[in-house]
Amino acid sequence: MSWSRAIVGALVVLPVVMLFAFGLTRDPRAMPTTLPGRTAPDFELVRMPLDGGATGSDARADTVRLSTHRGDVVVVNFWASWCLPCRTEHAALTDVARAYRDRGVRFYGVLYEDSPSNARRWLDEMGGVSYPILLDPGARTAIDYGLTGVPETVFIGPDGRVSHKQVGPVTSQILVDRIEALLPAEASS
Amino acid sequence: MRALATAVAVAIAAAGPAPGASPGQEATPSVQDTTAAAVAGRGTGGQVVSGARLDELTRRVASKLRCVICQGLSIEDSPSELAQQMKAVVREQLAAGRTPEEVERYFVRTYGEWVLLEPEPTGFNLAVYLLPVLALLAGATVVVVAVKRWTRTPDERVAADSPEA
Repeated sequence: MSWSRAIVGALVVLPVVMLFAFGLTRDPRAMPTTLPGRTAPDFELVRMPLDGGATGSDARADTVRLSTHRGDVVVVNFWASWCLPCRTEHAALTDVARAYRDRGVRFYGVLYEDSPSNARRWLDEMGGVSYPILLDPGARTAIDYGLTGVPETVFIGPDGRVSHKQVGPVTSQILVDRIEALLPAEASS
Repeated sequence: MRALATAVAVAIAAAGPAPGASPGQEATPSVQDTTAAAVAGRGTGGQVVSGARLDELTRRVASKLRCVICQGLSIEDSPSELAQQMKAVVREQLAAGRTPEEVERYFVRTYGEWVLLEPEPTGFNLAVYLLPVLALLAGATVVVVAVKRWTRTPDERVAADSPEA
């Protein structure tokens, strides 16, 4: 009698315990992303004038379309001036962007839920930026990229596919490792 | 029963995100493409809708999609800016002629299956729908057995307790 009770009890309790144990193996803070491996969603965004002036008369020169960069490594960083972790990664992004400019690596910052005037003030305070900042009205591009907050950084290979999405601030090491993995072997040697 | 299944779904989602959709080879049509289609007045899938019907469809789809920066709220219920922008995307895509299913698929491709407040009843997700039913059945069995035992007459109790030999 007691054995049969124990077996029935184990049969009821064990699956529940196993389910909870499975849940413990997962990081509840990890945000799921479906981007890596997929072709990066195309975008056409207006550059933010860094000097505070209006966008120029040549609208084409002031917009950036991702699909025109096929063949290049592209790093897209979503950020905002109200985002505290964005402060910690800014120097790394600016330095690495400058270092890789001659090797065909394009960096773009996409402003998320922020005003250009706040962004310019923040950039002045942080010592400037070495790559273009793009405006994303209505966060349409951010949603296309499955954004859940800032900062997030997307690494796009020469084939136009996303290789990695970094949720949270990047470091110089992360940037260099991810970029080197995407650059052709002869160029990275 | 469905409410119970939803409650368990929310509990499991809170414990850990469901695995996202596997990376496909297909490029995701961008929001900007959809907006262009809306402006041009052409649909890409279903019938072009507007007015009260569009409001109703937007509400229906938005209430199925999770606010990605909230705890267990749909983008219909969340006042956050990102949720409202996601809802605007839902509206634009429906106005452009996409069906509610196509709009849901766009968000699943973008954010993973985790974005659905009620996961699709397939594979491991079935546990969310079946476990509450099994738990109820097990509970009912325990109650029936216990009640039967408690309501036995003294004679039945003696007969049950006495050794058969």
